Amino acid sequence: MSQQPLLSIKDASLAFGEHTLWTGLDLEVQPHEFIAVIGSNGSGKSSLLKAILGQQELTGGQILMQGKPIASRKVGYIPQSRAVDPASTLRACDLIGLGLDGHRFGIPLPSKAKRQAVSRTLEAIGASELAKTPITKLSGGELQRMRVGQAVISEPDLILADEPLSALDLHQQQVVSALIDDQRRAHNAAVLFVTHDVNPILDLVDRVLYLANGKFRIGTPDEVLRSEVLSELYGTQVDVVRNQGRIVVLGTQDHDHHPEEEWK
Amino acid sequence: MTNFDWSRIFNFTDFAELLPLVQNSLIAGALLGLVGGLIGIFVVKRDMSFAVHGISELSFAGAAFALLFGANVIAGSITGSLVAALLIGALGNKAKDRNSIIAVLMPAGLGAGILALALYEGRASNKFGLLTGQIIAVDDPQLIWLIAICAAVILTLLLIWRPLNFASVDPEVAAARGVSTRALSIVFMLLLGLAVAASVQVVGALLVLSLLVTPAAAAVRVAASPLMATLLSVAFALVAVLGGILLALGGGLPISPYVTTISFLIYLICRLIEWGRRGA
Repeated sequence: MSQQPLLSIKDASLAFGEHTLWTGLDLEVQPHEFIAVIGSNGSGKSSLLKAILGQQELTGGQILMQGKPIASRKVGYIPQSRAVDPASTLRACDLIGLGLDGHRFGIPLPSKAKRQAVSRTLEAIGASELAKTPITKLSGGELQRMRVGQAVISEPDLILADEPLSALDLHQQQVVSALIDDQRRAHNAAVLFVTHDVNPILDLVDRVLYLANGKFRIGTPDEVLRSEVLSELYGTQVDVVRNQGRIVVLGTQDHDHHPEEEWK
Repeated sequence: MTNFDWSRIFNFTDFAELLPLVQNSLIAGALLGLVGGLIGIFVVKRDMSFAVHGISELSFAGAAFALLFGANVIAGSITGSLVAALLIGALGNKAKDRNSIIAVLMPAGLGAGILALALYEGRASNKFGLLTGQIIAVDDPQLIWLIAICAAVILTLLLIWRPLNFASVDPEVAAARGVSTRALSIVFMLLLGLAVAASVQVVGALLVLSLLVTPAAAAVRVAASPLMATLLSVAFALVAVLGGILLALGGGLPISPYVTTISFLIYLICRLIEWGRRGA
């Protein structure tokens, strides 16, 4: 597989004043790759996505997509699950439609092509029956499924997901992450998936980018998520414990235990 | 209870003869209804109702000074509006900052405007009109101004409708898709400034909200889709302003109490409909 990489991050660094988030970051994302971006709070995971989108200027280095500066049109974006405006009149189909032509000038004229694209997408994410449901009535998991549809309807080459599973229960985390995996295969898209907990997507990821302490490690989960690797990264003793297919990282001094994400 | 003469408020004698006199007002009203209904949808989506009020006070100040110095009142009103809109847009990116900036600007504008009116020695009804609305008369030069402002607002709004909507309802994803949310928000503030300046001419600075916010706020209560919300918002604004002009005709009173009352009643009915649906 000697294709041109889809996304090349070359010697990238990002600093806010004295505080360096990461430096010397090199990453080549191949088409169809699923990469988890993990690390502690404030390690610059979300800033990396912003840099890829061109919303955050790098302190150094560059990011290219297919050899060219990023064209955000070819990127699908899945945000965190947030409460929606209770006065919103959007229906699920409207939310997904925004992903198709929301950025274009003009007024939304009725279009058969758009209707078909939206209904194809709804079908693909198994949510046809929710098409006309107001987004204010969707559950957190349903809303995130729509977000996946919104991100893939424009056939992106790259999907950026920023903590898309936060605030979801375990079952919904599985449903949504499986859907992202399913859709990236269907659309031949690579995925950069920012998360503070790798467990829900551990079986799906090809590689892991672990950011901590201004440094980083890239590799398969088995290569990176090891006590000796993370201890070196953090510069302190860190234990990676595997239990029933789950990975728990202990001793990083940041919140590796979130009470709101307590497993039931 | 003394006998109040209701015909002072609702009087339809000579209605047919009076109607041609308010032709200009009706045209202006229809345009304002269209503008108010359309832009109101975005005011509600972007949670900027308070900004509308803030802009209208500075619009009033601009108009009052124009009146004092014998300049074009509409031009003064537009200047005040645009200054306010740009200040609010530039200084208040976050909702919290924005509200305090508006609260600071509003009395400053109102106070300055009152000073200008106190110094003004012309017709008293001109003064009163800026705050609480005109008594039906819109003359030809005024109408041309209003048509030009409304046309500019409507056309620009139609041009940027989709990205503005995306940026308003889903800002994070819109930005990720390459929509320049910051540029759009400045353009929107300018459009809002123009719409406020136009509305001040007819309903007065204190009552602008009844045209630019109430119809849209009522529409989103009952609408089941974005298109329906927009259509209802425009319909409600048109009913309020045209209804207000026609009802005010016989009594010789300002149109604003009629406009605001119709607008408020529509809102009330929409809340009741919503409440009824929930109970069902």
